[in-house]
Amino acid sequence: MSATATSRNQVFTSGVVEMAHGSGGRLMAELIERLFVPAFANPVLTGQEDQAVLALPPGRLVVSTDSYVVSPLFFPGGNIGDLAVHGTVNDVAMAGARPLYLTAGFIIEEGFPLPDLERIVRTMARAAAAAKVGIVTGDTKVVEKGKGDGVFINTTGLGVVDDGIAPSATRARPGDAILVSGPIGDHGVAILSKRSGLSFETDIVSDTAALHGLVARMVAAVPDVHCLRDPTRGGLSAVLNEIAQASRVGMRLTEVSLPVRPAVLGACELLGLDVLHIANEGKLVAMCAAADADRLLGAMRTDPHGAEAAIIGTVVEDPECFVELETRFGGTRIVDWIAGEQLPRIC
Amino acid sequence: MKYIDDFRDGTLAQSLARQLVAEARPDRQYRLMEFCGGHTHTIFRYGIPDLLPTTIRMVHGPGCPVCVLPIGRLDMAIDLSRDHAVTLCTYGDMMRVPGSRRRSLLKAKAEGADIRLVYSARDSLALAEAHPDRQVVFFAIGFETTTPPTAAVLRAAKSRGVRNFSVFCNHVLTPAAMDAILDVQADDPAQAVQIDGFLGPAHVSIVIGSQAYERFAGPLGKPVVISGFEPLDVMHSILMLVRQLNEGRADVENQYTRAVDRWGNRTAQALMEEVFVLRPAFEWRGLGTIPTSALALSEPYSDFDAERRFTMTYRMAPENKACACPSILRGLARPTDCRLFGRQCTPQTPLGSCMVSDEGACAAYYKYGRTRQPAAAAA
Repeated sequence: MSATATSRNQVFTSGVVEMAHGSGGRLMAELIERLFVPAFANPVLTGQEDQAVLALPPGRLVVSTDSYVVSPLFFPGGNIGDLAVHGTVNDVAMAGARPLYLTAGFIIEEGFPLPDLERIVRTMARAAAAAKVGIVTGDTKVVEKGKGDGVFINTTGLGVVDDGIAPSATRARPGDAILVSGPIGDHGVAILSKRSGLSFETDIVSDTAALHGLVARMVAAVPDVHCLRDPTRGGLSAVLNEIAQASRVGMRLTEVSLPVRPAVLGACELLGLDVLHIANEGKLVAMCAAADADRLLGAMRTDPHGAEAAIIGTVVEDPECFVELETRFGGTRIVDWIAGEQLPRIC
Repeated sequence: MKYIDDFRDGTLAQSLARQLVAEARPDRQYRLMEFCGGHTHTIFRYGIPDLLPTTIRMVHGPGCPVCVLPIGRLDMAIDLSRDHAVTLCTYGDMMRVPGSRRRSLLKAKAEGADIRLVYSARDSLALAEAHPDRQVVFFAIGFETTTPPTAAVLRAAKSRGVRNFSVFCNHVLTPAAMDAILDVQADDPAQAVQIDGFLGPAHVSIVIGSQAYERFAGPLGKPVVISGFEPLDVMHSILMLVRQLNEGRADVENQYTRAVDRWGNRTAQALMEEVFVLRPAFEWRGLGTIPTSALALSEPYSDFDAERRFTMTYRMAPENKACACPSILRGLARPTDCRLFGRQCTPQTPLGSCMVSDEGACAAYYKYGRTRQPAAAAA
């Protein structure tokens, strides 16, 4: 939907969030009726109940919850609204599942501009509609000015996974191929480019995207995919180390096979960051038996979110569970977890 | 990434590696100190040890600003942020360095002190101008690379009459530290690693020029090769050092000719001369107290000296006895020699400064090479 269409339907053109918007009184009811219910329009969410009653198709239930505190709230390629939908949809999808429903909890700081809130809510609604996931229940709280930072959003996702599909961080086996769905580091660099004290010019936009369509193609092609993970905070290195530890294996990556955009590499170079530590919001890592790797890669490349997918390494036997990288230069180094906070509040 | 990839070319690296194998004599050791933490980082990040013959041993030097700052100076900064209600601006690496009594700037911040992470000295002056009601102090650390920017900001603050800005100056000098390392080697060989040659700093040398190292050269001296920070620069400089040693020379050579000349950046040098004076002596972590090795604000800039404005006093603070940072900074021990390394002391829970900064030897070992360098390999 275009920006013009949004502004034509804009409910709030001025005003700020007041404490009363979260107090349970008339103002709160008005906010829910005028903004949330129409934006998230679906038969389950009526604004009149404190819970949602849902029908579930057969299969195993998958649940995941995540809170979003990104700063700045609006960044190139998205805002906290679509991030809160995509992040949780992806966490559910990484079980090989079909995400069906979301809940949304808002903690809003007193004085937050209502037009900005509306923009965020409408972005969320669009992201949920595009992902065919209903936002079925929610909550709004307001905290005093200075006790929050604009808006924090919590979303919980519900989905189902078919029997026979069971990707898990514990299932990486020596010999497995390691795949990534596309260029890494876009989200972190996009956010960084807008941080105060650090702003720089770049065309890079966040890769924030819902990946369950991609996952559906992948599990259809290779139901026995061993691991699926989205490398968000801590980047690729954190996810690979988590899986290596959980599966008690090592990993061997080759730097030349890692997809990274030149502008992202340039920004990392300038700021002294390791792209393997940079957050992503629309990428996934997969591991499968070597015999399935080409089929999985082919399936990924048929999806727009996997068009630049690549095989980046192999799972190896290693009692010490090290993730190692063969550098472009010809040497080998460890890929370690990031220490401390390289980039706080990236999602 | 043009102009960067060129300096990371794997094919060229292999050909340099073959030349090193061909030219490094099997009957001798080459103990080469890379002074800068930036070089240590490059060496591990690109896996350079895999490409060197076993006769070449890289000894990691003290050129990591965060690592060489003594605990007592960090304690002063922590006290300042807590007791004087100032806004303290610091580079990110400093935040997690452990001070006395398990304190750190990060903990002080969590407890309510106003500590801001900045990316340049200019950011802290801008903060002062935006908040005239706050006393803003810039926690200045670093070698000759970060010194001119601090000087430029001080000059701007003075000319604009910014009354609420000051600098806690901890700038230190590279050649003085090299002197100290060589003095220890001469005076007390048991307390020093033997060094056959130096890989000279890259960015520092852009400022001070290659002539600053000429006193280390000559028949009684050590060869110095000023090296760029890219991995091919490092490989090439190592080859140049091996050649000097094979030929029995001890010259100052410049591999980093695309940025460094003999005289350095004279504008920056003049600025430093105007704003700073030599301290009679300064304590370095690991290297002890070294005469004329650090800078303080000159008389015309003394109004901007945080040490005066807040009557800060230096107290020496004891090191954690189990932490091997001091010997590692002298090149005497390897990170893997320390019994805390990788156990109690990791980048997540650093006990010593060398584990904090990316330029610290322990952090480089831990991040990139801890399986590659078993403790037994330490010579």
